Amino acid sequence: MTAQVITVTSGKGGVGKTTAVANLAVALAANGSRVVCIDGDIGLRNLDVILGLENRIVYDIVDVIEGRCRLKQAMIKDKRLPNLHLIPAAQTRDKNAVSASDMTRLTKDLRSECDFILIDSPAGIERGFKNAIAPADRVLVVTNPEVSAVRDADRVIGILEAEDKGPGSLIINRLNPSLVRRQEMLSADDVLDLLAIELIGIVPEDEGVLIGSNRGAPVALDLKSKAGEAFRNIARRLKGEEVPFLDLESGSSLWERIQKLAGRR
Amino acid sequence: MSFLDKLFGRKNSADSAKERLQLVLIHDRTDLTPAELESLRDDLIATVSRHVEIDVTAMQFGMEHDGRSQRLVADIPIKSASHRRRASSSRKPKAR
Ligand SMILES: Nc1ncnc2c1ncn2[C@@H]1O[C@H](COP(=O)(O)OP(=O)(O)OP(=O)(O)O)[C@@H](O)[C@H]1O
Ligand SMILES: [Mg+2]
Repeated sequence: MTAQVITVTSGKGGVGKTTAVANLAVALAANGSRVVCIDGDIGLRNLDVILGLENRIVYDIVDVIEGRCRLKQAMIKDKRLPNLHLIPAAQTRDKNAVSASDMTRLTKDLRSECDFILIDSPAGIERGFKNAIAPADRVLVVTNPEVSAVRDADRVIGILEAEDKGPGSLIINRLNPSLVRRQEMLSADDVLDLLAIELIGIVPEDEGVLIGSNRGAPVALDLKSKAGEAFRNIARRLKGEEVPFLDLESGSSLWERIQKLAGRR
Repeated sequence: MSFLDKLFGRKNSADSAKERLQLVLIHDRTDLTPAELESLRDDLIATVSRHVEIDVTAMQFGMEHDGRSQRLVADIPIKSASHRRRASSSRKPKAR
């Protein structure tokens, strides 16, 4: 069996690419898949801390590409989930240390070793992004329900189509259900209407994401978290399972129910 | 959305965001600025008017999207032939 290469990208920075990669990686691995994640954000290494693996780094992706170590030596094994590995980004190099064909060669060598290869793309649409999507069989586009993030996602989707990578599948991250109900935030339907690509998940705004990143334990490991559940559901969809979308927008808080009763809304 | 916003008929911000994005995405996807779109409209009017007389005031012109593909839609009412004949005969009477 050969692995599927999945790249997570967004255009705009800070919308949740690294969060998504870390959570999908632990969710897939917890479900028994063999997963290798690659931090493609050369010079701005982050996936290691989000996964809680920062203390174990010896070699990085540029060491592999430049032949200073073997691929296996740069793969850090997660102690919680033995079938999860990370290839960290180089921190003191820049994106020019890696080319698209380097990425394709690296993933080719990994494909027989695992089920999923997840690549965390840097923000932007330049070289680092091009490197990250080059080997992708599938691309996940992360956006937030917010004008600039949606606009940048649309640009990225246009580039993916032009490069024959398909339009990609959409993750809407940081949706705030109560803002959506007050009609002060774009709903998931609005965003889908605008971007017109396949939806693979809606992740609510959740403080558990921050808490998880403080601890180096992605929120998908927390069985009580809503965001964690949303990421676990995306992981199941990646495996081809049909999972209904969480109903985040219709449920209402006590205060909103009182307002509704009072006829204010 | 506050009570006052509703009272003054101000739109909620999610609707504004969606409407603004719809326009921005059309321009991004087609690489046409609003000014270029305007000049395309003028060229279209000039070209069609060379063949038939049209009612510019009732004309509709704009971009629509169908999924991710954009479509330029123009609906151009043509003035009736009798109206046209009368108009043109009064303008330049033909010498027979
Ligand atoms: N669903 C969420 N709820 C709350 N906070 C979130 C959520 N998703 C992401 N965040 C927070 O948003 C911030 C940015 O997330 P992240 O680093 O994953 O984005 P990124 O797209 O990888 O950024 P960059 O473009 O810099 O690589 C982080 O502080 C993260 O904790
Ligand atoms: Mg990141």
